[in-house]
Amino acid sequence: MARYKLPMERKKEEYLAERERFFAELPRLSRRDFFKTAAKAAAVATAFWKGYPPHSFQLVRVAEAKETQPKFTFAYISDTHILDKGLNHRFVRACQKAVDDVNALDPQPDFVLFGGDLAQLGKAEELSIGAQLLKQLKAPVRMMVGEHDWYLDMGEKWREMFGEPTYSFDHKGVHFIVLNSVIVEDYWTEPKMTPMERMLAMAQLDNPNGRPFMVGEEQRDWLRQDLAKVDKKTPIIVFSHSPLYKYYRPWNFWTEDAEEVQKLLFPFESVTVIHAHTHQVLTNRIRNITFHGVLSTAWPWPYAPQGIPELTVQMVRADPFNQFDGCGWGTVPVRGDGQVDKHYVLWDRNPMTVTYDHVRRGKQGMAELAKPFEGSLSWPSY
Amino acid sequence: MALVLRTRSSCGDGRQKMNRIGTLLMAVAASVAAIAWGTYAGAREPVRHQVPAAPDGKSKVVGLCDGATSVVVPGVAAGESMAPEKAREVAGELMRRYEEKQQLAHGGAEHAQREMRVWEAELKRRIDEGYKLFHSPELGTNGISCDMCHPDASNTHPETYPKFQTQLKRIALLRDMINWCIENPMEGPKLPEDDERMKALEAYIISTRKGVPLAPGKH
Repeated sequence: MARYKLPMERKKEEYLAERERFFAELPRLSRRDFFKTAAKAAAVATAFWKGYPPHSFQLVRVAEAKETQPKFTFAYISDTHILDKGLNHRFVRACQKAVDDVNALDPQPDFVLFGGDLAQLGKAEELSIGAQLLKQLKAPVRMMVGEHDWYLDMGEKWREMFGEPTYSFDHKGVHFIVLNSVIVEDYWTEPKMTPMERMLAMAQLDNPNGRPFMVGEEQRDWLRQDLAKVDKKTPIIVFSHSPLYKYYRPWNFWTEDAEEVQKLLFPFESVTVIHAHTHQVLTNRIRNITFHGVLSTAWPWPYAPQGIPELTVQMVRADPFNQFDGCGWGTVPVRGDGQVDKHYVLWDRNPMTVTYDHVRRGKQGMAELAKPFEGSLSWPSY
Repeated sequence: MALVLRTRSSCGDGRQKMNRIGTLLMAVAASVAAIAWGTYAGAREPVRHQVPAAPDGKSKVVGLCDGATSVVVPGVAAGESMAPEKAREVAGELMRRYEEKQQLAHGGAEHAQREMRVWEAELKRRIDEGYKLFHSPELGTNGISCDMCHPDASNTHPETYPKFQTQLKRIALLRDMINWCIENPMEGPKLPEDDERMKALEAYIISTRKGVPLAPGKH
């Protein structure tokens, strides 16, 4: 596979893929459905013909079971790490790029999840620049907190700007939960660290003196009570900054009380955790829970030397000469049954979609997903 | 220093003896300080071997790496270049004498525990300097530091240099990439290649890959 594709080439490919699916699905339609659908498709094609209309054939899929079809989509932007260094700073430009991209989505997503680490060092100025950038989004924004937002003033400014970091909401039949999973035990009071010393210690990913993230007892109690009101058949989507499992502790790709949180989620039929912090394509599944990482707009993290979940199809190492490589944003189409297809929009690379079907079929499904990427694994990125 | 001392001793009269003792003490202190400074400064400057002058005062003298053995090359003047044949002959002679003495590094003595501890501490100091720079935005101007993309110096793969760096379109060493990162993502001024900070960064990065086989040119 070629390393880069022009937008036009991608569009063409999408169009051809659509067409193929269209013809594959034709025999499944009744005569009546066929004429109905063909008429609709033709109408759409005539009305919106500008090059290759990518969605002109999608109407055919009314024949498919409703539960595997996307019911609604939300987008995500995450880990922008804004620094207080002026509006021309590269991280500001990257965040702006993501905001522009999301605003260009048509149709617009139902909402945009911000995955945390809006700021780099938790400063009011950084949070304020970040808030102004996100304010431009047309869709409503759901905020999540990251450790970089929190540890200068223990979340005071963040809460003042965005409200409480732990909350839940219902959207089109799905129960969403947002957690503050970046709580660590106090290791700063005793050595009398200043707020900035504490912030810098927390901001260093490879800090050997760091402490593991946790959701904590208080929030777990809250979660237990919140979930008590929810039917076990209701799909659950959890947003957490850190992965809600144990990946690599030296970099805090880790949640210390992950098992206890998972235990609360096991009784539900459909559970997805979307987490930030790891700045990379990441897929995991533990029993009924599917975990997806999200991309950062600022920089990609390398994969940790160990502990990578076996379902993960790793993205190729980023090109250090390209600011945007390995970075980006994404969308999450939520299916009728509440399971999600996870779409990574990797700037300057081919996009990647980890569907629920891939994840459900385990290693084999993920191997199929990885196949088209095989040719691109050797591109010279060192 | 000596001049100053002489002036002081000559200005005394009645208490000349006292002054002499004082002078002596000061001279001793000064020499100790000078030796100490020499040692200290020496640790920073590479050691240079001094070869003795040729008996005829004209001929070339070539020293062995042990700093003690040397051979006189009659017929070739000091400062003159030797013909390849002559040079090979001289190198052979030096090697013969080296083997004759059965010289070993460090005079054949085992490393003392104390020495080893000093070397280890010195190395750690240099690596720590590198660690500090690597985890600080001070080499750049935009608040970005190396560790933000390279936790534990991951993805720096120093063992693959030198190699053809496709993006630079030339052969690069680790330091070229360090400077690339300083200048671009970190928007700072690049370091001179022999800058102590560059050496410290290299020391830290390489130390994280201990035991990894060298693979120059690897992509």
